[in-house]
Amino acid sequence: MLAHYGYKDGSGDYFIVIDTDKCDGCGECVTACPYGVLEVGEEENDPFREEPVARVTENHRKKIKYSCAPCKPTSGKKPLPCVQACSPDAISHSW
Amino acid sequence: MEKEYWRWPESKWTSPDIDWKTGDIISAGVDVGSVSSQAVVLVNGKLFCYSNFRTGSDSPESAQKVMDKALEETGLALEKIHFTVGTGYGRVNVPFANRAITEIACHARGANFMYGPSVRTILDMGGQDCKAIHCDERGKVTNFLMNDKCAAGTGRGMEVFADLLSIPIEEMGQLSFKVEKEPEPVSSTCVIFAKSEAVGLLRKGWPKEKVLAAYSSAMAHRVVELLGRIKVEKDFAVTGGIAKNEGIVKRIESELKMEALEPQYDTQIAGALGAALFAKALVEKERGLR
Ligand code: SF4
Ligand code: SF4
Repeated sequence: MLAHYGYKDGSGDYFIVIDTDKCDGCGECVTACPYGVLEVGEEENDPFREEPVARVTENHRKKIKYSCAPCKPTSGKKPLPCVQACSPDAISHSW
Repeated sequence: MEKEYWRWPESKWTSPDIDWKTGDIISAGVDVGSVSSQAVVLVNGKLFCYSNFRTGSDSPESAQKVMDKALEETGLALEKIHFTVGTGYGRVNVPFANRAITEIACHARGANFMYGPSVRTILDMGGQDCKAIHCDERGKVTNFLMNDKCAAGTGRGMEVFADLLSIPIEEMGQLSFKVEKEPEPVSSTCVIFAKSEAVGLLRKGWPKEKVLAAYSSAMAHRVVELLGRIKVEKDFAVTGGIAKNEGIVKRIESELKMEALEPQYDTQIAGALGAALFAKALVEKERGLR
């Protein structure tokens, strides 16, 4: 499942997308994220899945544009800590 | 008393041909949303009864009330229900629920039952949020997005306009087509800004219908943009309260170039129905049947 967390507002699309088929719940992204945006827990949207999965914490979902801003320099492209930490390539960002 | 233009009709229904006493598995789903609440009871996986009421200020009380309403005059008592799943915004506040499941999962499951296994894309336009869901032929979510940051494309946004234009909410869809030519959509999708824009247009002498048309197409455009983020695939269905507003649904269809399936049930019960289906599956799991 592709889980989109975030929102769209007047200035653009701000979604963190977790591919729950690739995510194994290892928690590397949670450790790597300096701002506590991610967590690993039960798969809320698939009641029959037993393995835990990564998701964006409830309180960051409506403000991730700001939560993630320090990781996204306006000039030059640096790899994002969360994306870099995830070996199965389960995380992507829409912006 | 001032007329309450926003007030949508509450409803309840009981199947005339199902006897709950014959049920091996009686399962229920309760969807406590920010604006409306629904309860659905299934007997052996068949729709037995449902109700759809406005959510009060207290979630546990609303859950109880909507369940009582569904069971009213059916002879079925709450204790006879084997498993209840709570869903929606107030899902953890359903006192008699055995488990809570997200509305994303429940809507997909409910739509699969309501519209059949061909449904791939579901747009749920709820009271205070809007969800775009892609699912497989079993109603399992494969892609989703939820927007609850703003009221655009939601029931609450529509209620604001019903009040502003003094048009009963059920007539809004029809009236929005009573224009000679479709006007430009209002430029703001944010309900607050759209409202002040609408007030400006009314002052300029625009008829109500034209303002409504301009707002409806802005709203449709907004949700189509959201849908664009997930994979939009046939068949397409709209659930939630706004699914009853043809002024919005028709405009979404024409922008998507895809027709929405005709609902056979009250479109507001999709979440509670999905919850009741999960409840049934969980009973089967408990009993070692799956
Ligand atoms: S971009 Fe930075 S702040 Fe945002 S989730 Fe990734 S690591 Fe955390
Ligand atoms: S690092 Fe990747 S695989 Fe591990 S929990 Fe995070 S998203 Fe899932």
